[in-house]
Amino acid sequence: MAEEIIKKGSWVQIHYIVLQPSERADNVPEDTKQVPLELWVKGYLDHDASIGSSVTITTVTDRKVQGTLVAQNPPYIHTFGRQIPELLSVGKEFHALISKAGEQA
Amino acid sequence: MNPVFDAVANRKNEILKKALGIDYSEFELPGIAFDYEGMMGKTGYTLEEIRAIQAETNIGNTPMLELRNLTAAARALAGPGKGARIFLKDEATNPSGSFKARRAAMSCYYAQQKGYAGVIAASSGNYGAAVASQANMRNLKAIIVQELFDSRHVGQPEILEKGRISEAFGAEVVQLTVGPELFIEFLRLLDETGYCSASLYSPFAIAGIETLGDEIATQIRQKCGRDPDAVVITNAGGGNLTGTARGLIKAGCSNTQIVAASVDITGLHMASDKAFNRKSFTTGHTGFGMPFSTWPDRTDVPRNAARSLRYTDRYVLVSQGEVFYMTEALAQLEGLERGPAGNTSLTAAFALAQEMDRDQVVVIQETEYTGAGKHVTAQLSFAREQLGIEVRRGNPEEQIPGKNIIIPENPGQVKARDISLDDLRRSYCKNVLKMNNITKEQLTNNDIKFMAEDTKTTEDYIRSIL
Repeated sequence: MAEEIIKKGSWVQIHYIVLQPSERADNVPEDTKQVPLELWVKGYLDHDASIGSSVTITTVTDRKVQGTLVAQNPPYIHTFGRQIPELLSVGKEFHALISKAGEQA
Repeated sequence: MNPVFDAVANRKNEILKKALGIDYSEFELPGIAFDYEGMMGKTGYTLEEIRAIQAETNIGNTPMLELRNLTAAARALAGPGKGARIFLKDEATNPSGSFKARRAAMSCYYAQQKGYAGVIAASSGNYGAAVASQANMRNLKAIIVQELFDSRHVGQPEILEKGRISEAFGAEVVQLTVGPELFIEFLRLLDETGYCSASLYSPFAIAGIETLGDEIATQIRQKCGRDPDAVVITNAGGGNLTGTARGLIKAGCSNTQIVAASVDITGLHMASDKAFNRKSFTTGHTGFGMPFSTWPDRTDVPRNAARSLRYTDRYVLVSQGEVFYMTEALAQLEGLERGPAGNTSLTAAFALAQEMDRDQVVVIQETEYTGAGKHVTAQLSFAREQLGIEVRRGNPEEQIPGKNIIIPENPGQVKARDISLDDLRRSYCKNVLKMNNITKEQLTNNDIKFMAEDTKTTEDYIRSIL
């Protein structure tokens, strides 16, 4: 499959490693020390490039940042999640309590 | 050991001074003390001026809502003559959807007055969105630095949403994996851009919240003909509590009890890659509340204007499952879909109302907008499906943060658990000695006076616990 070229000026996201595990601060917990400090930022691509290549972008504050191209028009993927059956009866429980006690709102 | 980072860290004081324009050394007193009120006064803005500045960007005058059904439920559980009226200050109606707009307004106004081209905030939460929103109205550029992902690139859903809304307001959002080194990246960005540090903990950011306390006083007097008996405030870094309490005091509410409330996430280390996503709350929890109340000067400013122990009369904890339960109750009984911020104090207020008399008034001090990622269903789905955390109905007393989330089986199981202010004050005193590298014998009378003020106690009390 031919690599898709993303055009200069496209809205993209880049990634780079800020600190390698060996460079992490002394005061971080052991599990955090085992992994790098990573960074993602978005901006306009300064030149044609394909995903995975090293690129420069211009962010919305006009900063030039270098990193690995990871996505074009990256999506927002967070959702409302599934319904939680454990919560479905909560309203009913409160209403039952109020009417049993004869309290008036 | 990274040469770029080390060089930035070594220039910390110089970078921060340039990025905030405040010389904190002028407030330092001999010994461990500093002139807190002098520093707050130096913000140069009166309550009237702050109100006017905030009105320019459409902040404040948020509704005070009476929660009649939740009051009725609390009365059904309370003993005879008990069950205070529960009110809620609907801060979600501010631009960007939270009380944080009040803080951001002052930081952005200050940045504009001082001629900075932009502002930078290190925030994974509502403050980022608030700074982005306020920066727009003040024609400033904004960068928001977030701690968001674990090393598997799994992002906390609530923080993903805060990133989205900050981008919606046109900010540049820099997203990092877990770790306190975020602060160095924040410094590096200040140094690179020359922007203003929109610190959450500057004197003007805290002064910005005083209008919230003042509005609560005015609205409750108008609606109830009395001062609020208790104001329950979700506590993390301490700014929310400090600013609100100062506003209430300025409005003359000398007998209003200030109650701090945090979600109990005991056992989950804040900077741990593995623990990061195992908590279902990104703020308002003990992971911030405990360290910040017992040692405020751990932030991005030399002297933190947020000093919660100065104003706290009582501190209570609630569980994650209880907050989810009460969030659902707020939606189902009052028709208000809000949170997560504010629902910690909602949960505590529901329990505390049952101890109070019927003619008394308890105020839940804030709300925030809700949405994808932030909603109860988003957080519980994430905990259950992504992390294998057990979610079930049961007795909240059996909760183990990070392992399970226990949603109460009935409203009577919602409790506010007191933590000892004496213990927090002792811990504060220990930190004073440790951080200043001194012994208790080296403390002067002036130091002890400061410590008494900083913990809302007396000099005799400080001497007795030292």
